[in-house]
Amino acid sequence: MTKLSMTVNGKAVSGEVEGRTLLVQFLRETLHLTGTHVGCDTSQCGACTVHIDGKAVKSCSIFAADAAGANVTTIEGMANADGSLSVIQQAFQDCHGLQCGFCTPGMVMTSAALLADNPHPTEAEVRHGLEGNICRCTGYHNIVKAVLTASGQTVAAE
Amino acid sequence: MPKDYGIGASSKRREDVRFLTGRGQYTDDLSIHGQAHAVMVRSNVAHGKIVSIDTSAAAAMPGVLAVFTGEDFKDVGGNPAGWLIKSRNGEPMREPKRPVLAHGKVRHVGDAYAAVIAETYEQAKAAAQQIADDAVIDELPAIIDMKAAAADASNRVHDEIPDNICFDWGWIEDNRAAVDAVFKSAPHITTLELVNNRLVPNAMEPRASIGEYFPGTGDYKLTTTSQNPHLTRLLVAAFVMGIPENKLTVVAPDVGGGFGSKIYHYGEEALVLAAAKKLGRAVRWTAERSESFLSDAHGRDHVTKIELACEKDGTFLAFRTETYANVGAYLSNFSTATPTFLHGTLMAGPYKVPHVYVNVKTIFTNTAPVDAYRGAGRPEATFSLERVIDKMCRELGLDQFEVRRKNFITPDMFPYTTPVGLAYDTGNYQATLAKAIEMADVAGFDKRAAASKAKGRLRGMGLSTWIEACGIAPSHLVGVLGSRVGLYDAATVRVNATGNISVMVGAHSHGQGHETVFPQIVAERLGVPESSVEIVHGDTSKIPFGMGSYGSRSLAVCGVAMNKAIDKIVAKGKKIAAHMLEASEGDITFEDGKFSVAGTDKAKTFGEIAFSAYVPHNYPLETLEPGLEETAFYDPANFTYPAGAYICEVELDPDTGKVDVVAFHCADDFGNIMNPMIVEGQVHGGVGQGIGQALLENTTYDENGQLLTGSFMDYAMPRASDVPFYNVDYSCQTPCTHNPLGVKGCGEAGAIGSPPAVVNAVIDALHRGGMTHVTHINMPVSPGRVWQAING
Ligand code: FES
Ligand code: FES
Repeated sequence: MTKLSMTVNGKAVSGEVEGRTLLVQFLRETLHLTGTHVGCDTSQCGACTVHIDGKAVKSCSIFAADAAGANVTTIEGMANADGSLSVIQQAFQDCHGLQCGFCTPGMVMTSAALLADNPHPTEAEVRHGLEGNICRCTGYHNIVKAVLTASGQTVAAE
Repeated sequence: MPKDYGIGASSKRREDVRFLTGRGQYTDDLSIHGQAHAVMVRSNVAHGKIVSIDTSAAAAMPGVLAVFTGEDFKDVGGNPAGWLIKSRNGEPMREPKRPVLAHGKVRHVGDAYAAVIAETYEQAKAAAQQIADDAVIDELPAIIDMKAAAADASNRVHDEIPDNICFDWGWIEDNRAAVDAVFKSAPHITTLELVNNRLVPNAMEPRASIGEYFPGTGDYKLTTTSQNPHLTRLLVAAFVMGIPENKLTVVAPDVGGGFGSKIYHYGEEALVLAAAKKLGRAVRWTAERSESFLSDAHGRDHVTKIELACEKDGTFLAFRTETYANVGAYLSNFSTATPTFLHGTLMAGPYKVPHVYVNVKTIFTNTAPVDAYRGAGRPEATFSLERVIDKMCRELGLDQFEVRRKNFITPDMFPYTTPVGLAYDTGNYQATLAKAIEMADVAGFDKRAAASKAKGRLRGMGLSTWIEACGIAPSHLVGVLGSRVGLYDAATVRVNATGNISVMVGAHSHGQGHETVFPQIVAERLGVPESSVEIVHGDTSKIPFGMGSYGSRSLAVCGVAMNKAIDKIVAKGKKIAAHMLEASEGDITFEDGKFSVAGTDKAKTFGEIAFSAYVPHNYPLETLEPGLEETAFYDPANFTYPAGAYICEVELDPDTGKVDVVAFHCADDFGNIMNPMIVEGQVHGGVGQGIGQALLENTTYDENGQLLTGSFMDYAMPRASDVPFYNVDYSCQTPCTHNPLGVKGCGEAGAIGSPPAVVNAVIDALHRGGMTHVTHINMPVSPGRVWQAING
């Protein structure tokens, strides 16, 4: 067991993990932050996406120990300080960008990072940027629309 | 101005807030004090005789609490098939027992034959590996190919079933001779052999179950990823475990998608309950994605020969099909209904074809069970029909739109009984086709095709005019056809003392938005704010006995039950109002949330009536019970029949064979619409899955029964860059005639209508590029298959 500490959603946290413990396990099982989901075992689905020092990372693809000292943001840390939905979260609701909600935390985290990198992406850039995240419910239409809407662009296709 | 409230408004989904902030509560998110972890031991061979399972080493490993094998469950019941189908010769289908854990034999890769419960997941996993190492399983030849399985009596999936055939079904058998006679004299016959590819549903939330046992009361609780908690309770309690239903609560909390795969009861659910009882601790199990691939019920997997007999002008005379449908190693709960009554009965499409005969042989193989997946049988029917019609048009040089119009049932013909036993109540197929043609700018296609050509790409346009049957019913009819359950649903509307409302529904939401849409209906009917209505679902201890959500039935069946319960609330409210307003009941009207005496300004608000019902100080207690709570069950008189026209445009790169869907237009008739935003979302999702089936997804077993596509690395799920924006319209509305909401259901349409539109578009592109030798390409139409078709 190794001791580790990191910052999660602005709060200092610490815990003990085995070397093999994945970051997603640490978040879900030790910190009980269950908004970060596990949708696969091959790092393909993106349901587990979080931000590590501002970058979108699949938290099933990194050991918790390797995130020691990092600044981690999960879906639970995405709302505005007053608890209202952030721009990207609100866009997902307004555009009906989620159905079952299981892929949603990962989609929101990936989209937020995508927009931070590229504040005015084209439709093709959004679709490309979401390639690491699988959604089985929405056919992606309203997810892409939500990301474009959150970037302040009006969406021609309905 | 679009409506912003009640029926027809695009109310934003209230459930979104918890999902968007990470506060959803899916089964695996729940943590229960003292919980232990279960890991299943799964077969790595497709077919084998279990010689011995030595669990002693595993049992002695650190943290291991219990080990189970098939031996522990040999005296409990099997997981039953929900429909009993009869073969053409009148014999009942062969129904082998489906045990909780494999016993005697393993029958597919992933078949669980043992389970370990341990303090931690890692300990359970290590011990499960130990059991796999210590078990002696003699591998037998795998039975994979359906036709070979039916031909070879020596090798059997189930020893008691000699030819691996579950049943050989004819629909309608009495039509067979007449259909054959039409084919003997038909001016033209088009024949097509096709495969409807096997799919893995892959809801993004893997299956998970938590079992609890409370020794003080002898009660059990199962928290599980189910689309239908009451059905699961009935199956687990009454059929498998032999415990009374009132001693088992089944909770399906937030569920991350189902698409059919979470209708069924799976052995893990019984396992965690048995283990919880044995250990006196909560026992949890969550599938890894690779287990989902191996053990969730798959979809489709038909091999079909379809023939169309017609006049030279394209007038249909008859359809005749022969289908081999894979049921896999065991009968999953709806596996026998899917290729029969959800497939054969739709084989007339929206057409006035006088003769149809459908033959389906279902075959056991050493593969995962196959059952209903979004659309369930209807996508298979639609694909066969729309592909063979497209082929016929090409053979005879006929216009695809004109041929559809010529053969459509016309609006004046309803109600219309098809030769395959359904009575369509209403529809207007001409209208949806005209709408689709307008949306797709068919007139401008040649210009777009020329532009594609200038880029070195081939453009094609494909059409599919589909129909489906939703809200499967009525119970007395499905009972005659072999169903072992009723197909009604139920809702309880509880008006609380201060006028807010709880509605307990049998339907289950796993993405459909019931928590938002059902209150819209209540709000509209009772004149209360949507926000004062709360939907309760997914917990058998709270909701009435309903059958859950699948087959696009939530609104068309459960929504109507709720509407009936609202009728009762209004009727009782009128009685209370009559007393309070000292008027006769017949003079009371209810509108906009007010009970009024007709022709006067005397009125009571809905809230006042509710309060009076619970504080009955001025109340007709001699003739009326206090309280304001009503339950209704609703068993529909008929299916509902959504229909529509889909047009797909593709661009194809002739050098690589890669196909891009560049435009997709859907003109649907869903009857009345409750929430347009959600309806559009349902169509988007269905079309996304349909494009996945058409171009990307394939489930491949090798000849030894190893699943070659067992992860997201090998199984091509559609990604955001594989699909376009979809163009969706639902303005053509012929409301359902036999339910008061006029709703038909929209959940499966996209997945039913889209695959043939995509494949027809690919064939069109190739033909326009001069490659008229290509008459069909099986799904998924991958670059390799297209390239081979072009160059082979
Ligand atoms: S769980 Fe991390 S990518 Fe699927
Ligand atoms: S909303 Fe269900 S998987 Fe994306």
